[in-house]
Amino acid sequence: MSDEDNASASGGCHMCLAIPGKVIEISPDNPDQALVDVVSVRRRVDLGLLQDDRPQPGDWVLIHVGFAMSKISEQDAHDQMQTLRMLG
Amino acid sequence: MKFVDEFREPELITKTAEEIRRLCDSGRHYRFMEVCGGHTHAIYRFGLRDLLPANIELIHGPGCPVCVLPMGRIDDGVALAQQTDVIFAAFGDMMRVPGANGSPLEHKARGMDVRIVYSPSDALKLARANPDRHVMFFAIGFETTAPSTALTLMRAKSEGIRNFSVFCNHVTIIPAIRAILDSPDMRLDAFIGPGHVSTVIGCRPYEWIVTNEHMPIVISGFEPLDMLQSIVMLLRQLKAGEAKVENQYKRVVPWEGNRAALRAMAEVFQLRPYFEWRGLGFISQSALRIRDAYAEWDAEQRFRVPGIRVTDPKAAQCGEVLKGVLKPHQCKLFGRECTPEHPIGALMVSSEGSCAAYYNYEHHKTAMVNILSQTA
Repeated sequence: MSDEDNASASGGCHMCLAIPGKVIEISPDNPDQALVDVVSVRRRVDLGLLQDDRPQPGDWVLIHVGFAMSKISEQDAHDQMQTLRMLG
Repeated sequence: MKFVDEFREPELITKTAEEIRRLCDSGRHYRFMEVCGGHTHAIYRFGLRDLLPANIELIHGPGCPVCVLPMGRIDDGVALAQQTDVIFAAFGDMMRVPGANGSPLEHKARGMDVRIVYSPSDALKLARANPDRHVMFFAIGFETTAPSTALTLMRAKSEGIRNFSVFCNHVTIIPAIRAILDSPDMRLDAFIGPGHVSTVIGCRPYEWIVTNEHMPIVISGFEPLDMLQSIVMLLRQLKAGEAKVENQYKRVVPWEGNRAALRAMAEVFQLRPYFEWRGLGFISQSALRIRDAYAEWDAEQRFRVPGIRVTDPKAAQCGEVLKGVLKPHQCKLFGRECTPEHPIGALMVSSEGSCAAYYNYEHHKTAMVNILSQTA
């Protein structure tokens, strides 16, 4: 699947679309380049914008136009689900 | 956890929708603006409208970068690319946006070298691979996208890649929200705040909305449960008479934003004194230009910009739809002259554009309801 197919499969366009992916491997010769699993497709993702808090293999990141924008917090996601389960 | 499916769990969606109904005061009409086009898309795609009580009205905001770009900038970009033998690189979203002389895709059919790129760094890659050509990247987007362009320009400069430039159309979200609030025909109760812009700028830049306007804003994720939970949070604030900036999208949005991304933007960009927005007119300090230190990579400084100004087709009411004054189907051209196949305005092109979202998801449903009611 190409990047473009990926974008349309996720139902959005490039501009606001950001998708979660799991970091598989950081390039040994360039710490800004990583292989990231995005919906079971391995993609090259630029980590240059996360240089203050570098993700490690196994971390989840939010990807937008080929760049990781943010690390995703599993704890916060669990907390959110917990809050929602307690509704009503 | 996959960070997608979990937030579409039907049982929790039902439960959250019930909570919304419980919190809703039936004697009150609520007007919430979702600022971001990604939210508009999600509302239609997931049919969230159908889950909400009729007295909650969702107003679509100006956060679709393709939609707010005045037509003349497309023509300017194309004209820049035609002055010299240039490879014109842009995101796929831009390809079908009509300029006065046609869309980039139509120019491609006429022989211009137009390439779709997924990332600004792919455009730089094109420049590396074609050292005897010039690659111009048509940059567009809010603060979500601007840092990627900034970092790409920093790399072009440090690597000394001189056959690359950026035609910068990056805009900033806060002045657009201000313009919406200043608009006399706009009455809103609260904002669903843009999630992905906020990964970069954080939550503090919205505090003036609370202080000056006493309006709640909840920074929201894009999955159905994210948006429904944000509406719960807004209703709770309104019920308690509060106005706060709240962050529903904590798993992704740090309160302080992304400092590295903000540093890259500050290094490469400065605010333009003013910039024209489709539908909103000229807004001061609402867009970014490339700093002089990067003049060599700035298509506007490197080539002559014609400064084409094109008025929108008279019958099209893109401006009113962009401001949230009209719903997409209330425009005279909607679904007749203007369709995703033959768009007249940009709102019908981008999947974040409210007209395209409405057409692709809601319009067919309404049409089906009409057919069913006629046959009944």
